[in-house]
Amino acid sequence: MGATTQLHVVTGKGGTGKTTVAAALAIALADQGQRVLLCEVEGRQGIAQLFDVPPLPYEERRIASGLGGGQVHALAIDPEAALLEYLDMYYHLGRAGKLLDRFGVVDFATTIAPGVRDVLLTGKAYEAARRKEDGRFVYDAVVMDAPPTGRITRFLNVNAEVAGLAKVGPVRKQADAIMDMLHSDTSRVHLVTVLEEMPVQETLDGVTELRLAGLPVGHVLVNLVRPALLSEASQQLLGTDGVEQAVADALEPSGVDAGHAPALVEEGHAHVARQHLQDAQHVLLDDADVPVHDLPWLSEGVDLGALFELAQTLRDGKVV
Amino acid sequence: MPGRPRTTPTRTTTPHYRGATGPSADALDVDALLADPGTQIVVCCGSGGVGKTTTSAALALRAAEQGRRVCVLTIDPARRLAQSMGLTELDNVPRPVAGVEGPGRLDAMMLDMKRTFDEVVEAHASADKARQILANPFYQALSSSFAGTQEYMAMEKLGQLHGEAAEHEDGWDLIVVDTPPSRSALDFLDAPERLSSLLDGRFIRLMLAPAKGPARLFGAGFGVITSMMNKLLGAQVLTDVQTFVAAFDTLFGGFRQRSEQTYALLQDPRTAFLVVAAPEASAMREASYFVERLAAERMPLAGLVVNRVSRTAVDDLGADEAAAASRRLAGGDATSTLAAELLCVHAERAQVREREERLVRRFRASHPTVPSARVAALATDVHDLDGLRIVGDLLAGRA
Repeated sequence: MGATTQLHVVTGKGGTGKTTVAAALAIALADQGQRVLLCEVEGRQGIAQLFDVPPLPYEERRIASGLGGGQVHALAIDPEAALLEYLDMYYHLGRAGKLLDRFGVVDFATTIAPGVRDVLLTGKAYEAARRKEDGRFVYDAVVMDAPPTGRITRFLNVNAEVAGLAKVGPVRKQADAIMDMLHSDTSRVHLVTVLEEMPVQETLDGVTELRLAGLPVGHVLVNLVRPALLSEASQQLLGTDGVEQAVADALEPSGVDAGHAPALVEEGHAHVARQHLQDAQHVLLDDADVPVHDLPWLSEGVDLGALFELAQTLRDGKVV
Repeated sequence: MPGRPRTTPTRTTTPHYRGATGPSADALDVDALLADPGTQIVVCCGSGGVGKTTTSAALALRAAEQGRRVCVLTIDPARRLAQSMGLTELDNVPRPVAGVEGPGRLDAMMLDMKRTFDEVVEAHASADKARQILANPFYQALSSSFAGTQEYMAMEKLGQLHGEAAEHEDGWDLIVVDTPPSRSALDFLDAPERLSSLLDGRFIRLMLAPAKGPARLFGAGFGVITSMMNKLLGAQVLTDVQTFVAAFDTLFGGFRQRSEQTYALLQDPRTAFLVVAAPEASAMREASYFVERLAAERMPLAGLVVNRVSRTAVDDLGADEAAAASRRLAGGDATSTLAAELLCVHAERAQVREREERLVRRFRASHPTVPSARVAALATDVHDLDGLRIVGDLLAGRA
């Protein structure tokens, strides 16, 4: 248990691997011996699928141990459960909570009362980050697998969201407390992207929006970075006349049919083109005045072992 | 209802044919689907980031260039794609797309959810009431930030466009719809029902009670509820909600009715759902779930589109074999090194392809009746009509 609890909010465009990176970040922290809560807020059960465990209930449970003796607990935050818990915590509403549910108030508050849903979701993360036992914080860090880049600023700007509505009252008070935490030194918003046009553009827009809203931007985490497999010399050779014949001859001792040479050369050109596109997108991120860290593409796909591998590169890159 | 896979519903004419150059039997025949006059609505759905918008736009363009009168409703297109389709004016009505070749025509629009909601209010309430509703702070928040509003309004707009198409002799004969990048791909099916049941549900009746009659009808609970709401959200919110509800009262029935109509439209055999996925475990899992859900809702599924599929130029050289061959060439001269590195490039591609094929095979094994189309990954993003034509060719298996 530490002296403060750090909050890491992980966002990213759909399909960029936001949940994977959030999980790797949680493991990287646990590897340093920290006690970490990894939570998701979108009801997708992405964490359970990633760790190959049954769907997570509204209850914090341990799903992994870090190499350094730390632990990762996971929680799927459900806004309805969070509301009832919140009411119970502040108003000791046992039966009245059920009454609210019966009248559809819980459903109303968590779905159409604007902004309330987001306050409840961020509010639960806030509660976990501020929770103490025996005078010390229960968690050293809370990692949130947050909504996608396009919605993140609005999601985190809970204060503005409820501003038009509740001018007084506990929801408003809660929103203010959450805002204080999000604007403080103990919070970071990380943006996950891949090196393609649209995700990179959305990431750059996201960084600008977050900064305008006064929210602390952490790292841009570039996921699925493909390694360059052709050396500089090979790339030059690839562009010369007669390269297909030369490759066909060179294939001889390998046991591979020399007839494959033209196809292999074609794949080589495609590879070079892809690396160039990747590099061009990377330059856009490098110019954006925000720390960038690359995460390698793993050819086998993502399993628990891969998460530990990604966690290691996050530590090497001093992201955490 | 649990999602028990069913066979795809019978269509007016069969969407599958086996031409000499056409796709194989278990392949989705996109051209036949688009050419079938019985296909009037195509809904593209799937999880975020799988290329739904591009797929929708490519299908719409292809159908138009093959002679259909098409309208495509996009939700949140990438800036350059939107520009290439002339979607620069955000006036919430379809505009003709310039540069379409061939006999048909293509109109495109981008959904403005707040505007769509406003228009529904304006169309169904008296001018006075509409003004009152539009100015209400609760309505403003609801129409611009409720998590389900976009889904609801996408379906509302689809209903409108479909109604409009029927009114004109030479109106659209095909509407292609993109679906919002939701938390879950199913939201757009659930949101209309959810919002309309909330709007004319118990809570709203509770809110209306003080205006309509003695609160004691609700029993002792009422006082507790309102006092809780006041404590929780502040008294202002309750007042706003009550004013909103009072003004909105007459519209509730209409919302429910239209939501039921849209639902029926989605079940109509003239509608075809395409589930869009990328060859990744999570997207394919979501696609499976979606296929089962559509079956359970008796909505007509035309097939699965797997986007961004990796290809290799050599089919009969496996990843392991290429990697082993590459090692045998290590330490040679420059050409040898090039050959070794090229084999590594191939091994990587083959490995990805093998993994992707495993995922698609697994999907097919669990949904043997669902035809599928695979679209090879392109090197760059699509941001012009030529790019959309290439995607269209790939979708139709004619690239």
